[in-house]
Amino acid sequence: MSDDHDDSPIAARVRELEAVLEEKGLLDARELDRVLEAFTAKASPANGFRVVARAWTDEDFKARLLENANEALPELGLSMGGGLQVQRLHVVENTEDVHNVIVCTLCSCYPLSLLGPSPTWYKSPAYRSRVVSHPREVLEQFGLTLPESTEIRVWDANAESRYMVLPRRPEGTEHLGEEELAARVTRNGLIGTAAV
Amino acid sequence: MPRINDVGGQDGFGPVLEELDEPPFHADWEAHVLAMNRSLIGRGIYNLDEFRDAVERTMTHESSYYENWFRAIRTLLEERGVV
Repeated sequence: MSDDHDDSPIAARVRELEAVLEEKGLLDARELDRVLEAFTAKASPANGFRVVARAWTDEDFKARLLENANEALPELGLSMGGGLQVQRLHVVENTEDVHNVIVCTLCSCYPLSLLGPSPTWYKSPAYRSRVVSHPREVLEQFGLTLPESTEIRVWDANAESRYMVLPRRPEGTEHLGEEELAARVTRNGLIGTAAV
Repeated sequence: MPRINDVGGQDGFGPVLEELDEPPFHADWEAHVLAMNRSLIGRGIYNLDEFRDAVERTMTHESSYYENWFRAIRTLLEERGVV
């Protein structure tokens, strides 16, 4: 991070503020590197993929996950406490009749530790405004067309609560093990803008 | 009165555009802004709720996500007389 040669105006303003804060002893370049490394090491969609694969292969784990995700995550060495504060996680399960999709209409709340850094579209006013009023139309923009009979539930995250979708296990995967199943899961599948 | 960030159900923001293979950050300065914010919160210069509030009262829909973050950080630091 200290090796930054971006010459855009905003990059220059960020560097300028960093310099002022460093001079005042309120910021440390090495500390910034550490903060960022910790952030990228902890926040990965691979974590969410593992949770889903375990839930697909272990009914008891799935029941615990849906009942109280914060208590179930440590079984996989994961937690919701890696960020600035501990958040309550709700895992919502897709079924034949119900499809779930997550959003944060107010800002960008998102289970970072399980899904990785959020994509720009998740944080865009276009997605946040529209998915709550016209979920079917928004899902179609992602190429996901659901039967009219499928109920779509939209979950709006907030400062204290995060949501993650448990997608339906694809057909014909009965022979696959947990690792192979995890490789089938996608980030958008965990948001609900794709099926798996 | 709802704040500018409270967009749920509003019309007029256009279609959702998905960027394929999007990187976590589009430029180094975005990563710097994220790390700077975490570090300042970690040092207790301001807290997470104060940061959220600052984003909500200073953001614009024309600015990018991390531009809005940077404006909020600057605002908080200025209000506290830090810079």
